[in-house]
Parts: sequence; structure tokens; C-alpha cells
Amino acid sequence: MIEFGYNIAKDRQIDFDKNDKRISTYVRENEPSFKTCISCGTCTATCSAANFTDFNFRKLQLMVRRGETLEVKEEIKKCMLCGKCYLACPRGVNTRNVIIQINQAIEKIENHDI
Amino acid sequence: MNKKVVVIGGGIAGMESSAHLAALGYEVTLLEKTDKLGGHLLNWEKLFPTMRMGKEVVTFLNEGVEKGKVNVIYNAEILNTKEIMNGFSITLNNNIVLESDAILVTTGYDLFDASKKEEYGFGIYDNVITSAELEEKFMKGEKITTSDGKIPKRIGFVHCVGSRDEKVGNTYCSKVCCVTAVKQSIEIKEHLPETDVYCFYMDLRMYGMHFEALYRESQEKWGVNFVRGRLSEACENMDGSILVKVEDTLAGKPMKMSVDLLVLMVGFEPSLGTKKVGKILNLQFGVNRFFKTQDQHTLTNVSNVKGIFFAGSCTGPKTITNTITDARAAASTIANYLSGHDIHNRIMTSDIKATV
Repeated sequence: MIEFGYNIAKDRQIDFDKNDKRISTYVRENEPSFKTCISCGTCTATCSAANFTDFNFRKLQLMVRRGETLEVKEEIKKCMLCGKCYLACPRGVNTRNVIIQINQAIEKIENHDI
Repeated sequence: MNKKVVVIGGGIAGMESSAHLAALGYEVTLLEKTDKLGGHLLNWEKLFPTMRMGKEVVTFLNEGVEKGKVNVIYNAEILNTKEIMNGFSITLNNNIVLESDAILVTTGYDLFDASKKEEYGFGIYDNVITSAELEEKFMKGEKITTSDGKIPKRIGFVHCVGSRDEKVGNTYCSKVCCVTAVKQSIEIKEHLPETDVYCFYMDLRMYGMHFEALYRESQEKWGVNFVRGRLSEACENMDGSILVKVEDTLAGKPMKMSVDLLVLMVGFEPSLGTKKVGKILNLQFGVNRFFKTQDQHTLTNVSNVKGIFFAGSCTGPKTITNTITDARAAASTIANYLSGHDIHNRIMTSDIKATV
């Protein structure tokens, strides 16, 4: 095989049609305030974890909405559930419960419950 | 005998509607709680988006009131009202009793009290001020300095303070703060060309004619910077400058930045007068605590009480242009009512009413 010195890059587009939106559906049903996020970033600005890791709650909720499940599973581990973001959110999103519901959804998907 | 209309509140809406009602031939009495007409407009030097002087608009409004021979009662407070045959009897603080065929409520707004948003440090840190305080400096021709008299090297503007914020109970957009921040940023650059200006916003709502052009001018001509992110908090550095914490949402990272002066763009709340007058007249309030109009599209000046009408920002945040238009619309609605049309029941069924 001839080595051309380059590879075919992995498609990095969000494939919205193919992506698994089960986490999003589950969180929307179990914590409806999740639907009202306007991506203002107050949560991330106040986040204790975000100062030292690349955790970003605003991005996390977007990844959930877009069905980027693999990224969500990795990112969510960095949250310490301190709840500062819940105090700061101008839309009153219960961010703490959003994290809990995402974890539950991941568990249910693994157990084939949803 | 001429029919009589009492207008409550001598701001922009009250003045312009009085002038138009007078021109239509009604005997108009305008009640003002202070000793001056003009309301909030008296506190704003230049107006967006044209940068024309606010006092020019005050002069225009005054001329209407004077030409119309509107009877203005200053320092007025309403004690009570009674419904009488086809109208109202209104008792004021100085024992004056007025009779009127219709009432127009133009009791306006108050600015949000920024100290309620404690995490932004207004009233705690000396270098955190409100947009109204900055405007006062422009108005008085005062130098723009930090609390210890230095020229600020960097100034931050925080959008949506007391607006679009469930945590302070105001979920609505105040409509004028976005473009006011752009206007004041330009004025800062005019006064202090060396000073860097940063606006922190969630969305920039440049909906009005020429607003977008002013936004563009602020970038192109004046170099104003815009950061998309809402502040989580502000705290004071050792030297008295203010450290803001925000997520630069477009960069996708939390950001901290020191500014020498932080300006909070305070939004609209229903005024104390709106609350008081509403109670006395049994008027309905909407979900945002402003007066509820009988229909959002078609009965914008009509209250729940027959013969009582609204104009201006007592029904929700409005620009000066919108307030003036609304005031004229209210005058015309009242003329309609006083010539015998059943304006309150003009729409057919209650299920087509879209009320807010």
C-alpha cells in the first residue's frame, strides 16, 4: 500500500439525524426547567470546577440537546454538584438536578431501560 | 359643555396625550406628583439612536401642553376616586375634587434597584455604578473618573441588570438597555478616547430603526468591544478596580477581567405610582406587574375599567418613540370612547382576547 502521508479525517460534524437524543428527552421530561436555557454562560462563569478543569455546564447542556452522548459521558464526571450555578442561573434552571437526571439517563440507557 | 379627561402622570406619555386630547377639544387636567413635567426624560442628556438632546424632546412636549392650555396640577396625589354618572370624581391631596368623563393612566416606570443584585456589588464597591448615574455625570458635564478621581483605563457595561432574570423576579426584557449601553459606550469613547470599553451581553436586541447602525458605529468608529456572556459576579481588587467573572461563551471558557469602572444597565420596573394608582382605580396587573391591557394587539390602551385607559410604560417597557406613539393612540382611543363607541367590548368574543 502506498503511504500518501495523510489520513481521511474523522467527520467532526454533529450528525443531528443519527445522534441519540434519549438523554435530552429524559432530562426534558424529568427536569422541565432544562428547556429554558439561553446559553448565557452564568453557570460556567461561577463554576468551581470550570476554574480548574475544562468542565463547562453550558456546553454540556448543548451536547445533551444535540445528542453528543460520548462527550456528555466524559464531561459530566467533572461536576462536583456544588450547586453554585443553580443560584446564579437567570432562567431558574435546576442545574444540579439536570446533572442528576443526565446520570440517571446514562444509567438507564446502559441497562436498556430507556 | 366640553367633556373632561384627567391624565395621571406628567411624563412623556402624559404630556403628549394631554396635548392631543386638548387638540381634540377636551378639557384636560394633567396630574403630576412632582413639581416638574417631563418624568425620566429630564435625567437623560442625549437620546439613542440619533444622539439628539433629551431637552429638545422636553421642549416639544411642553409646547404641546402649553398650546393645548392643559390644566397642570403639580405635587398632586390621588387620595380616592368614585364612579359617578358616566364618569369619575377624583379627590386629591390638596382637597381639590375633579370630575372627569375619562381617565388616562400614564404612571410609567421606576428603574430597577441595582443593590438587589448583590453579586454585582452596587452599593458595596465604589466603582460599580448604574447607567442612570453615568447619564447624570454626562448631564452635569462631570468628568468620568473612578471613585478616587483617576481616568478609567477600562470600563465594563453589564447588560440585563434586573431584566430577563428570574432571580430578581423580572423575567421580561426592558427593551432600551441594549441600545443605551451602546449609546453610553460611544459617549465614553468621545470623552475618553484612550479608555477601552467592554459590553457584557446575553443577546443584543437592536430591533429599532437605526439601532443596528449605532451598534455597528460603536464597533467600527469607536472600537467598543462586545463579550457574549452574563456576569456571574463582580468583586473588588486591592486597588479598588472591579474583577468581573463571566463566561466568554463564544470562546467557550470562563474569563476574568478587571475594569476600573463597572456600569450596570438597570431595567424597568412598574413605578410605585403605577402600583398605587392601580390599587385606587381597581386596575388589573399583568404577569409582569405592569398594567394589563385588554388585548395585546387590538386594545393596547384599554383597561379593565370602563372609561379608564393606559399610555406609555405603565403597561410595559417602551422607548421614547414608542411612548409618544402610544400616547397619541390613547388620545384617539379616548376620543372614540367619548363619542359613544363601546371600545371596551369592541372585540367579539372573550376567547379571541390575547391578554398579557
